[in-house]
Amino acid sequence: MTSRPKKLGIMAIRNKAVLAALCVGFLLGAAWAQGGGELRFCLRTEPKTFDPLKVEDDASASIRYLTGGVLVRLNRQTQALEPELAQSWKVSKDGRQITFKLRSGILFSDGTPFSAEDVAYTMQRLMDPALHSATGDAFRSGTGNLETKVISANQVSITFPAPVAGLDRLFDQVAIVSAHSAKKETAVLGPFMVSDYKPGATVLLKRNPNYWKKDAQGRQLPYLDSIRLDIQPNRDVEMLRFKRGEVDLINSLDAEYFDKLAASSPELVHDAGPSLDSEQLWFNEVAKAPIAGYKKNWFRSTSFRRAISAAINREDLSRVVYHGHAQPAAGPFSPANKFWFNSRLKPLACNPDTALKALQSEGFVLENGTLRDREGNGVEFSIITNAGSKPRERMATMIQEDLQKIGIHVNVVTLDFPSLIERMTQSFDYEAIILGLTNVDLDPNGEMNVWLSSAENHQWNPQQKTPETSWEAEIDRLMRVQASSADSKKRKEAFDRVQEIVVEQAPFIFLINRNALSAVSIKVQGASPVILSPQTFWNAERLTVEGAK
Amino acid sequence: MSVWRALACAVLLAVISVSLAAQWLAPQGYAKQYREATEAAPSRAHWLGTDEIGRDRFARVLYGTRVSLLLAPAAALLSTLLAALIGGLAGYLGGAWARLAMATTDLFLSLPWLFLLITARALMPLNVSPLVSVLVTFSLLGILGWTTAARVLCASAASLARSDFVLQARASGVPGVRLFWIHVMPNLKPVLYAQFWISIPVFILSEANLGILGLGVAEPMPSWGSLLRELEGLVSVGEAPWKLVPLALLVVVVTSFQLLLSKQEEVAV
Amino acid sequence: MLLWRLARHALNLLAIVLLGGFISATLVRLAPGFDVDEQQLDPHLSAASIQALRDARLRDRNIFRFYLHSLQRAAHGDLGTSLSLRQPVRTLIRERGPLTLRLVALGLALAWAMALALALSAARLRIGAYDALTTFISGTLLCIPAAVLALLSVLWNLPGSLAIALIVFPRVYRYTRNLLAKAYSLPHIVTARAKGLGEGRILLWHAIPVVGPQLLAVAGVSVSMAVGAAIPVEALCGLAGIGQLAWQAALARDLPLLVNLTVLVTLVTLLANSGADVIGHMLRSQEA
Repeated sequence: MTSRPKKLGIMAIRNKAVLAALCVGFLLGAAWAQGGGELRFCLRTEPKTFDPLKVEDDASASIRYLTGGVLVRLNRQTQALEPELAQSWKVSKDGRQITFKLRSGILFSDGTPFSAEDVAYTMQRLMDPALHSATGDAFRSGTGNLETKVISANQVSITFPAPVAGLDRLFDQVAIVSAHSAKKETAVLGPFMVSDYKPGATVLLKRNPNYWKKDAQGRQLPYLDSIRLDIQPNRDVEMLRFKRGEVDLINSLDAEYFDKLAASSPELVHDAGPSLDSEQLWFNEVAKAPIAGYKKNWFRSTSFRRAISAAINREDLSRVVYHGHAQPAAGPFSPANKFWFNSRLKPLACNPDTALKALQSEGFVLENGTLRDREGNGVEFSIITNAGSKPRERMATMIQEDLQKIGIHVNVVTLDFPSLIERMTQSFDYEAIILGLTNVDLDPNGEMNVWLSSAENHQWNPQQKTPETSWEAEIDRLMRVQASSADSKKRKEAFDRVQEIVVEQAPFIFLINRNALSAVSIKVQGASPVILSPQTFWNAERLTVEGAK
Repeated sequence: MSVWRALACAVLLAVISVSLAAQWLAPQGYAKQYREATEAAPSRAHWLGTDEIGRDRFARVLYGTRVSLLLAPAAALLSTLLAALIGGLAGYLGGAWARLAMATTDLFLSLPWLFLLITARALMPLNVSPLVSVLVTFSLLGILGWTTAARVLCASAASLARSDFVLQARASGVPGVRLFWIHVMPNLKPVLYAQFWISIPVFILSEANLGILGLGVAEPMPSWGSLLRELEGLVSVGEAPWKLVPLALLVVVVTSFQLLLSKQEEVAV
Repeated sequence: MLLWRLARHALNLLAIVLLGGFISATLVRLAPGFDVDEQQLDPHLSAASIQALRDARLRDRNIFRFYLHSLQRAAHGDLGTSLSLRQPVRTLIRERGPLTLRLVALGLALAWAMALALALSAARLRIGAYDALTTFISGTLLCIPAAVLALLSVLWNLPGSLAIALIVFPRVYRYTRNLLAKAYSLPHIVTARAKGLGEGRILLWHAIPVVGPQLLAVAGVSVSMAVGAAIPVEALCGLAGIGQLAWQAALARDLPLLVNLTVLVTLVTLLANSGADVIGHMLRSQEA
């Protein structure tokens, strides 16, 4: 009889202990879960890597942005460089050396301490020629090896073999990896860390419990508990899911969807103004291209290219294809690039009469609605572009009609991307092409491989042994001047002149700069879409989602 | 002639006549861009509204009908004949011939022909006329589209080859070729007509999908397939139901073809 | 006899699978765009890095050597590494295969259930209006692009297997309907019906045996149709299956992945069609 009360007593004690444990757990859990909710959006492609040093595609870059800790961060809103893991930094006068003073007491997500050794290790790995990293190649301004010097636990200097223009800004892309952690590149310093990955379906990021940053009120960042990234290449499906509330934001919204959403829910859409992206048309000027000789003569003629440029109605392209969410392009850089854009340049107005007169002065004749050259060849060429890009397909069709007005017959051919690249870079079996530049750097040094005549990506006539024209030689000289100078005024002058030459000679016929369009659910607090990538989640550590499912 | 067949006949004739009269019914043509009136709703000036770059949709449907209504049935006929020859003959001959033919068929069914089509595009000049491009496209579809029916025809022909009337005809000294063409082939009609009927819309839709490889109809020429691709923007179709007209037209034409052929399908032994 | 037939089928299967893999590798290798990588358009990449990208592609340039090495590796269970996704092909197929298998199996089951139900009723009833209605329904589904059906399934939160079923159903229905209609018009079945024999008995004992081999042939090719339909459905519905993988691989000219996927699809197609052949032969033998 006496055993029962004892049992009850023991059970009572046990129950109280369990209850107490539950309460503690709840409180801890409450502290752990900031209550910021889960942010959900889509990646357009499968991420190829989670190694921040090997990032080469947009999806992997987004994950790197959210998980990687960087020494300095380019504030996407103010476009100013801000300290992050580095408290301060100094670039030497010759632009070859940078010294960082690091914050102390910072841990990687797995608890490994962060120090100058990690920075040195990261840079050595990044600049390993065998890695072939696009991030690393951005630092490569000359031959020779990089030198890293760990001055103290919190100080490190990095010396490059040649001056690197805009050196400090490049570190915005360098996510520091641990030299000592057993978890290698999965140990991160950013606000989130990869928690789960279902190939083809989802990437789940959870809050980094060791993230070093706090807000002004001393509250631990990030506010969000997690971010779920669904892999969804189709924009129609992404839009459907956004409307149903299954995703919280669309980072890059098509113009037609923007208008449809704006009509029903204007508070959800954001037009941040002209982005840095551009769309352009160019002609094949490669001497060994397997196209007819008389066509090569046309394409290599500056007057011909400028006439074509004058015949294209850029206003219509902006208004029709982009529903007014774009503006005619003036030159290589968008006016959104406030410092580097040459404000003296203006978009070329559409004037078919001027275009025709210019062509006639070159010996072209309009006969029965067909333009013919001096030798009597009808002016006909093809424009290729990548299939699946509706804006480019529509622009090509509109340009086809614009040029028809001056007697030029254009055939529009859409190709799958690998076939297009093959024609553009290997066989050179094309006549004209419409493509665009996206995720463009603010600093023109990021486009050295476009403007140098010897470079691979000098699209209209790549890999020239020596510049084939005097204006390309001049562009080469000016780009080298701006790359080797630390004086921003001198660099600006040089690049302004590059922009002027490009507009005068028209190797690229710049069409439009589209606006940075995005959509953000009202449940997301703190969002402030900008033009620089990532437009909507650049401040992910300070976002919250109300009433998340 | 049954009521249904008569109706089907009338519908097809009407569609063909209207498409042939496109120059008069839509004199502005299919390429003209009314850039001030893009994605417009139906009006007196544009009976089915305009597309995303301001081209009259009604004109594009009319001209697109010519391309698709002529070439898709031709390609379907080609694939049906190939299926009949390969599958029917293999099943009739039996033995090693049947095994070889069916192995080839299975291989054809499995291979990624996408890359053959990409190569075909690469071999064609970029400045090829839209007509040549679309002819090549439908020819390729016809040449590659026989595999499904070939298997079924092989099985049918194999069954027929063992049937009493064929055995009797053979015993009576009817030569093999005559036996095949006069006695076996007519009994394969149910499958042949099914193949033909299925192929028409499949080829029309495939032609549009081949646009991503640079094949198919080139801009600005329209086809039903390219018009049907507008439906992939589902978000906008709900607000613009006139975009469903090409789909409705295709359904009507395909149903009419089937009703017209229905009598031929039910041939008894 | 049956064992010998099965053994012969197995050998044929192996030979065709190997040939299919080789032909697919050749098609991919010869198609333009094989030697290039989208990455080389990145203006940040140095000339050395771009050359490294090209060299990675050139490693598989000799198609005979590539295929021989692939076979040698496959014999040890190594199916190579995907060029575009940087993961072992075996892992990719193992992770995604079950989803596609479920989708295709369910889709086929649904498609056949609908097709048989409508085809049987149309063949038995032989009412013009009913036939016109079923023709209209199947015709409409045939005319709707697969991508639109997939998008509709996303819009209405329907399973991907239903989209596959709606793509496959009209094709299967037409063949099935015509074959059954033909069977029901045969003199001995007309006589049997006139004499009052039960519909179930007529179907199972008289109609099906006549058209059984052909229906089995349709069943065999319907597997290929369903696998083909899985590609747009998975790609658009965001389902991480083999179909989505195949589409990504095709766009990226991912040779190791494409060859292995072709071998897999060839195997599935051959198994389905060989199975149909064997059972069809048995049915014909019984009939004889």
